[in-house]
Amino acid sequence: MTAKFIRLTVNGRSHSVAAEPNAILLHTLRDLGYTDVKNGCEIGECGACAVFLNGEAVNSCMVLTWQADGARIVTNAGLGTMEKPHPIQEAFADAGAIQCGFCTPGMVISTKALLDHNPDPSEAEIRQALSGNLCRCTGYAQIIEAVRLAAERMRDVGEVRNE
Amino acid sequence: MPLPEFKLLQPTSLDEALDLLSSTSSAHPIAGGTNLIVDMRSGKLAPKTLVDVSKLPELCCIREKDGHLLIGGGVRIAEFLDDPMIERDVPILCQMARTFANTLIRSRATVGGNLVNAAPCADTAPVLLVLDAQVELTSTSGARSMPLSEFLVGAFETRRRPNELLTTVRFPIPPSGSAGGFQKMGLRKISCMAKVDVAAHVERDETGRCRDVRLALGAASAAAMRVPEAEGVLTGQALTPERIDDAARSAEAAARPRAGSEYKHRVVYGLARRILAEIAPCPAETKGETR
Repeated sequence: MTAKFIRLTVNGRSHSVAAEPNAILLHTLRDLGYTDVKNGCEIGECGACAVFLNGEAVNSCMVLTWQADGARIVTNAGLGTMEKPHPIQEAFADAGAIQCGFCTPGMVISTKALLDHNPDPSEAEIRQALSGNLCRCTGYAQIIEAVRLAAERMRDVGEVRNE
Repeated sequence: MPLPEFKLLQPTSLDEALDLLSSTSSAHPIAGGTNLIVDMRSGKLAPKTLVDVSKLPELCCIREKDGHLLIGGGVRIAEFLDDPMIERDVPILCQMARTFANTLIRSRATVGGNLVNAAPCADTAPVLLVLDAQVELTSTSGARSMPLSEFLVGAFETRRRPNELLTTVRFPIPPSGSAGGFQKMGLRKISCMAKVDVAAHVERDETGRCRDVRLALGAASAAAMRVPEAEGVLTGQALTPERIDDAARSAEAAARPRAGSEYKHRVVYGLARRILAEIAPCPAETKGETR
């Protein structure tokens, strides 16, 4: 196998990284230090590795790194900082939607993908939108509440787009 | 865990991709990877060479031509939900797309990949069967077309040759006044693999009698299948509760689930009856999406 240099823009920072043909975007991002992208199942079942790839929410375990050459990627950490969290991140903390925290980055990505399209989702729509993200602590009630809260706050201040 | 090793080729045009598939033995196309990467991890597949077809412009468009809709093999399931033409003219595709896995998968998985992988539970198959779809397969020696019903041979088995790509899915745009429906049963309400899919498409005359009826099952046999027996029961008839029940019974009898999954007969009956009952009251002049 021959490695190739792959260009990625992650959370606004440019990277050029040597990747083998069988490299998976999930691993490449984690190796670059974006460890908020969690390695859960590696088979597209759990959503813990979700990121925005050119604006679309995807499981990064389902993307070959070479397929992402030149892509713009946003991870959970790219949405906000400790000092200035994204309203979705803040809502997850306020609603107690974070237990062990492992599923949270993926949940936040799927929530943003939902609210970008649908600022006022019903509970059924929230459940559908998060159906690709598993929480093994089973804290779903609080997570759904967090999404509802985030939607409410974001509607109040107008749509926030940090992507 | 890293994936097993392979060579990855990234052509930038369809011609280049077809050349690579013809000249490289055991080359396997990859698009969204949502099946292939899982199969490579489990050891079910170990291709030495992958040809990345995810960025070929020739495979990525949805267009209308001579009353037909042409969907490129590389169109992703999520695109059905963003396309006003599909929403208006082929709402059954949106109905299917909304139940297809989940947002994170729909943004990668492609129509061509779903059909070529040919899992018995592939959701696109029964819907495209009732739309009377043809698939176009292309290799360096040219393109050939066949009905989807012939293309799907069995579980994970199709008529695609190793050097061919599924380039286009094509079907007549349903006339206004037609109605369709899609129902899926799985282990969860959403984000699940189908245990049974049923799709229906009905065209009626002014008197409300069925001129053309198509019914198809997914995950109820080795390959998704049309149910001519049930279609025959309804052709020329109005969708009365009695006829609907007869048709659903025919579909129930026609299902061919694996041993141990006999319950699927009953599920086929229930879903078929539900779809047809929802279509029945649709006024003929509106192109009703029924849920």
